[in-house]
Amino acid sequence: MADFFFYLFAFLTVLAAMGVVVNRNAVNAAMCLLVSFGGVAALFTLLDSALLAFVFVLVYAGAVVVLFLFVVMLLDVQGGDPRKPYRPLTAAAAGVALALLVTGLLSFAERGRLPGSVPVTAPGFKEFAARLFTTYLLPVQVTGFLLLIAMLGVVVLSKRLETRGAAK
Amino acid sequence: MSALPSLFAAASLPAEAGLNHYLLVSALLFIIGFFGVLLRRNTLVIYMCLELMLNASALAAVAFSRYNGTIDGLVFVFFIITVAAAEVAVGLAIIVALFRLRHTVQVEELTLLKN
Repeated sequence: MADFFFYLFAFLTVLAAMGVVVNRNAVNAAMCLLVSFGGVAALFTLLDSALLAFVFVLVYAGAVVVLFLFVVMLLDVQGGDPRKPYRPLTAAAAGVALALLVTGLLSFAERGRLPGSVPVTAPGFKEFAARLFTTYLLPVQVTGFLLLIAMLGVVVLSKRLETRGAAK
Repeated sequence: MSALPSLFAAASLPAEAGLNHYLLVSALLFIIGFFGVLLRRNTLVIYMCLELMLNASALAAVAFSRYNGTIDGLVFVFFIITVAAAEVAVGLAIIVALFRLRHTVQVEELTLLKN
């Protein structure tokens, strides 16, 4: 039964990701991104980390996609990408990248002999908290500072350009 | 078509979803995001595709962590999510600032640093 769900959510995730790339409208792309995030969260659940799936939905579906939609609304970009042919350099780079990636995938699927899973109980809040506040205390602090710096950066970035625009 | 491994033949999907399958999904997500970055021209959509690539790495980390039976990979996915959120906030602020200055978000018109 878990395999059925794995294939269901894997196809859902990949199809929605393709929708992000293919859609010409930015709002539709953001909606496809939302579906893709939901699929990845479901895959996390299948990998016995429901807590992480919860956090993922909270942060990505709750914050990131909403932020994207806000910016799309704010910029009010009409239409999508213009239908122009790609430059030869871009097309060549895409072709080389596709060839390399397909080669990597094929060799991976042929030779990848990976071990089976170790039976574990699903980690909960307690295990995460124990790790975060003992072994990974320094990264937690650094990440906190990173968030603070990002917040300050966003404020400064928005403000300075506003005053420059007003001075014109 | 016998040279193709059975993973790619939809008719003979393997019964049990193992580590290989999760890594394959992760690789596919990464490839799709990568081609989105290469081929799209709207900066916002390029940003969404960057998020797809980050997701793919997070999925691979969770799969490896699960199949090793350790929790450290999951803790690092926490950090990935946090950094991605900060990155989205700053990046979108930059895009908005750029749009205020140049009134476009199409990458082919943002050629200030060219030549």
